[in-house]
Amino acid sequence: MVKKIRIGTGAGYSGDRIEPAVALAEQGNLDYLVFECLAERTIALAQKRRLADLNAGYDPMLKERFRKVLSPCAKNKTRIITNMGAANPKAAGKIIFDLLKEFGLTHLKVGVVLGDDVFDRLLSTNFSILKKTKDIQKIKEKIISANVYLGTSKIIEALKNDADIIITGRTCDSSLFLATMMFEFDWKEDDWDKIGKGIAIAHLMECGAQVTGGYFADPGYKDVEDLANLGFPIAEVFENGEGLITKLPTSGGEVSLRTCKEQILYEVHDPSSYITADGIADFTKLRFEEIEKDKVKISGGIGKPRPDDLKVLIGFRNGYVGEAQISYGGEGAFRRAELAAKILRERIKILDLKFEDLRLDYIGVNSLWPDNSHFENLKEVRLRVIGRAQTREDAEKLPYEVEALYTNGPAGGEGVSKGIEESIAIISAFIPREEVIEKVEFIGEENEED
Amino acid sequence: MKRISLREIAYARSGDKGNVLSIAVIPYNEKDYDLLKEKLTLKVVREQFKGIVKGQIKRYDLENLKAFNFVFYDALSGGVTSSLRLDKHGKTLSSKLLGMKIEI
Repeated sequence: MVKKIRIGTGAGYSGDRIEPAVALAEQGNLDYLVFECLAERTIALAQKRRLADLNAGYDPMLKERFRKVLSPCAKNKTRIITNMGAANPKAAGKIIFDLLKEFGLTHLKVGVVLGDDVFDRLLSTNFSILKKTKDIQKIKEKIISANVYLGTSKIIEALKNDADIIITGRTCDSSLFLATMMFEFDWKEDDWDKIGKGIAIAHLMECGAQVTGGYFADPGYKDVEDLANLGFPIAEVFENGEGLITKLPTSGGEVSLRTCKEQILYEVHDPSSYITADGIADFTKLRFEEIEKDKVKISGGIGKPRPDDLKVLIGFRNGYVGEAQISYGGEGAFRRAELAAKILRERIKILDLKFEDLRLDYIGVNSLWPDNSHFENLKEVRLRVIGRAQTREDAEKLPYEVEALYTNGPAGGEGVSKGIEESIAIISAFIPREEVIEKVEFIGEENEED
Repeated sequence: MKRISLREIAYARSGDKGNVLSIAVIPYNEKDYDLLKEKLTLKVVREQFKGIVKGQIKRYDLENLKAFNFVFYDALSGGVTSSLRLDKHGKTLSSKLLGMKIEI
């Protein structure tokens, strides 16, 4: 019999729905359930939480997700791999270990992949080990974090050591899936074509419902069934690197040529060189074939050698952002919103607020992209004001001034919403592979005491 | 000759990485691939993104999937972690592209 494995996607982003993962854990007949929960934005937010609390910085939904899937995964011998460790994989590992005790599942082994966090190492070398450091040197004093996109190697090591649950921090999204294939089929780390095929399947899987009909529907043009019960994808992968993308028949959505075509190009630049830490995938020879309803066969992937340098995401403090919105309605709504904007611009001058970046947009008119049409007949319009300042004091005056428009602005303003937050921005750089030291730690009672 | 929205014959998906936006454009009917190859020139696409995209635009043709991938540099006001735009990821910009008029 030809060996094959079944991998399910349990989450395509940090805040993703939980029930589709539970359905996959219970009915998916899975070997692996993978939760991909980190984006460029998410790791920055996680670093911010860790700065406030040394024991925090892992995914905020970690406990909730594991509580729901631990029992079915243990029962069906499905191993779990996730980057929900975010900015603090070790703390996440300890949380999982505590949950296993609570669930009476301490026979399960938890592996934590460490080494993506290179911030201390960069500090001690004055950021000199990075390539292209010109931009970095300018913001050096404001940097709070640096995380490398790791590849598959330590996930594979954890699997070889019988880990049932593997927690990582920043890892290439594709690596979370590819590691299972390389481990199960014993693919060599320089078998570039196999790795290229694996990355293609991983890339289709890593955003969850985006390949099963999510982020896709356009009524009358692209209709998708039962979006309220959208299912997450399952990949069936064979030893030769070919595979199928499918979903549970009881779930909503679709897996079709059209969903696979859209997702394979998602966040891709040159489709002949999709770069990951494990290899460079070439999607230009891929073949998709809808062999039956909700089952698409993937073949023809190829690959090229992995890059020498790894990508690093560097988080830095980027001032404070204040934002507020207010609505106007009825005849003349747009003119009154324009007047409100004019008043705000003057108030910013009078109060001498220093904004590095400031936007005043009209929601329903031009908040998504520029538009110079006339809007005399709008029934309602919402003014959105947002600005970034270096000081919290300046930033927070902006929402305050919008709220003051209730009694000091044009007639009939309503529905003010406002907020302020510190902005952590991300810049990317590259680090030579050999500078990154990765390792796996297994969480157990003995680690508990330290 | 008829003037239609690109949306009538193709669909699209936006993605972002840092300050770079990518949009996949795929004809509903594979037969329209060659037509789109001719119509979706960098010049007309740049016109559609006037005031939004500041950098270079590239088009990649995927004969195997009968699809196109457009890549727009310096297109997202610094990218998702620093942009003040309501559409930080540029997700709505696929719809902007589909609103482009073409003559067939």
